[in-house]
Amino acid sequence: MTLLEEESLKLTEVQRLEGHTDRVWGLAWNPATGADGVPAVLASCSGDKTIRIWQQRSPSSTSFDCKAVLEDTHSRTVRSCAWSPSGKQLATASFDATTAIWEQNGSDFECVSTLEGHENEVKSVSWNASGSLLATCSRDKCVWIWEVLPGNEYDCVSVLQGHTQDVKMVQWHPTVDVLFSCSYDNTIKVWADDGDSDDWHCVQTLGESNSGHSSTVWALSFNSTGDKMVTCSDDLTIKVWDVDIISLQSGDGNASWRHVCTMSGYHDRTIFSVHWSKEGIIATGAADDAIRLFAQSQDHSVDGALYKLLLKKEKAHDMDINSVQWSSTGDRLLASASDDGTIKIWKLESF
Amino acid sequence: MAPALINANPVVYEKKERPVRSRPGDGNFDEYATELIDQLEIFDHIRDIKDPEHPYSLEELKVITEDAIEVDDKRSYVRVTFTPTVEHCSMATVIGLCLRVKLMRSLPSRFKVAPGTHATEDAVNKQLNDKERVAAALENPNLVDMVDECLTPSYE
Repeated sequence: MTLLEEESLKLTEVQRLEGHTDRVWGLAWNPATGADGVPAVLASCSGDKTIRIWQQRSPSSTSFDCKAVLEDTHSRTVRSCAWSPSGKQLATASFDATTAIWEQNGSDFECVSTLEGHENEVKSVSWNASGSLLATCSRDKCVWIWEVLPGNEYDCVSVLQGHTQDVKMVQWHPTVDVLFSCSYDNTIKVWADDGDSDDWHCVQTLGESNSGHSSTVWALSFNSTGDKMVTCSDDLTIKVWDVDIISLQSGDGNASWRHVCTMSGYHDRTIFSVHWSKEGIIATGAADDAIRLFAQSQDHSVDGALYKLLLKKEKAHDMDINSVQWSSTGDRLLASASDDGTIKIWKLESF
Repeated sequence: MAPALINANPVVYEKKERPVRSRPGDGNFDEYATELIDQLEIFDHIRDIKDPEHPYSLEELKVITEDAIEVDDKRSYVRVTFTPTVEHCSMATVIGLCLRVKLMRSLPSRFKVAPGTHATEDAVNKQLNDKERVAAALENPNLVDMVDECLTPSYE
């Protein structure tokens, strides 16, 4: 990170991906691609009810081509998408109240399973680290946990009730089977089970009374080691939280998360997306059409700020930015999705 | 029997006079000048929206006034504060949705539109400014029909 502090950084647009005919809501890099000579693959989902699969022309290229359009399955907006850890399945969450599971068959993608159960719009979907569990959340205020069984069977193992409003996002911890959800009710909830039972329950609620957010929490992301989490909100702040990772990994799902710091004054519109790169850079995408990058600060002496703004890319898109995602390989590629209907691929360069 | 109206007897006000603005073809119209978007232009876009409950326009019911419109053309920001005919009117969400949809359709896409009511701590405002909820609402055919019906007079 010291290196980052000394470098002059520049976020350069390398490609603009066009094809969606409505706003683009979500993005996901396939974790099994982008390294070892395998060209990177990115999925995007949109208000046009489709999912598009984009593939890098060659492993070193910065050109992406649309390889597939997944349509005629969701009947309403596709709000978010997530690849399984193996990269073999893609899960897509839609306002049509269903979650679809897709598999690649040759050059085609086919829908191999449809998960029904939520009463209305499904907002987000997330796979756990081993790919054995899937979580979904909805405007119906519930979070569902599904067990992945052989033969593309998905069994609902738990319906988690606790949020008092619309649940915006679910995200599994990167190493431990602990689930996080954030909501229109301004809180983040932590869910864990009692060892090997399927008795999932809320172990912690991070709300305004414990230094949490004062408006809708839109997204959250973990650092690579999983001992820190960043959240972003309609209250125009991002917050960093930490946990004792040793006790969390030794099976204590109850290990409690603590507020570390709040970054306020940097954003003047709703922050819809936040993503922490493997290298430690936090990217945000907001309703002011800008992308901002933050990193942990090395000199604690000046004003005590723990994180600092590395750069702000104004007018990154013509309209709101709904999602920012670093590629999983650490090659400093960032993808962004916008209400303007486009996706942009950016490269973070130092000079 | 028709469902009871939330406000059966609203006060109806006179419409404001509409000042003539220079348009293409006028002697002093400069077609190369960048036309700034101001309060009056926003008001013109929304004054004829019909109230969901009454055959009157939002202007006639003083749900909207020119003064309650904030425009920042440079920052591409428009805020419309509206006053439902009765406080905590359940029609407030529909009115806000109409305002948002009409301005989204009328203004250049760079504009961010924020409709809201006076009531400061109001669930209606939070809902209207959650674009995900608005997007989902606008996929509901019944609600879209209702909004379109209110908007029809504003296109005439």
